[in-house]
Amino acid sequence: MDVTDDDLVFKALADPTRRFLLDRLYERDGRTLTELESELEMTRFGVMKHLRVLEDAGLVVTRKAGREKLHFLNAVPIRVIHDRWIDKYRERQVSALADLKNELENSA
Amino acid sequence: MTTTETTVTTQVHRVWIKATPQAIWDAITKPEWTGRYGYCARVEYDLRPGGAYRAYPGAEMAAHPGVPDVVVDGEVVESDPPRRLVQTWRMLMDPELVAEGFTRLTHEIDEVAGGVTRLTIIHELDGAPKLAALVGGEKEDTGAGGGWGWVLSGLKTLLETGKELDR
Repeated sequence: MDVTDDDLVFKALADPTRRFLLDRLYERDGRTLTELESELEMTRFGVMKHLRVLEDAGLVVTRKAGREKLHFLNAVPIRVIHDRWIDKYRERQVSALADLKNELENSA
Repeated sequence: MTTTETTVTTQVHRVWIKATPQAIWDAITKPEWTGRYGYCARVEYDLRPGGAYRAYPGAEMAAHPGVPDVVVDGEVVESDPPRRLVQTWRMLMDPELVAEGFTRLTHEIDEVAGGVTRLTIIHELDGAPKLAALVGGEKEDTGAGGGWGWVLSGLKTLLETGKELDR
């Protein structure tokens, strides 16, 4: 995943099936494809495709445990986007205050 | 299928950072870096198998009454700079957390492409539900910090911009 590519995260989240899969992993993390598949009216291939999109976006991380591949929810990419926006917002607030201060001083 | 349902206690947190593996390794293992993101604890590592690990509270945390002199302790299990660090990890902030005992924490650092490095934290939290809630960020609203997600986001911001994430 390209670090600057938030598009993958937004695209991955823009689908109700993929959000459903993330919700299931939030409830109980580290599930197999078979477990996730059993929760959806969808072919195994369809679920795999959705999981792949989530993995490419960094929202799902897979790890091998013995013969099984487990899927883990990774919320850090959402967190990173959130923190950056909050940060930007604060910067703007600070500069807005600075602007206001200038404004008041100039008009005094 | 029921046999696979016992693996829930591990947490995996991953972030992609525009930095070298060495820069990330330093940011995890050196106190001058760890004091600048996340909980801002200052770490002390003896980076060899069996070596001691301790984290001391930063100024802001230490100002709170009842914060112990050492906030996290543990032991290095495996140290392969700048790729892999495995250790035990126990939080000492309150008696219940101490009672949950040592957990196992792994940092994996992999260079992917174009100067981007992938950092993965694998935290095995068997028998430590209270710590799992804390490092999973569930207690953030109570002022307990946002767990590993918050720590990694702060680490990314610091290494990529040189600035500390607003809190």
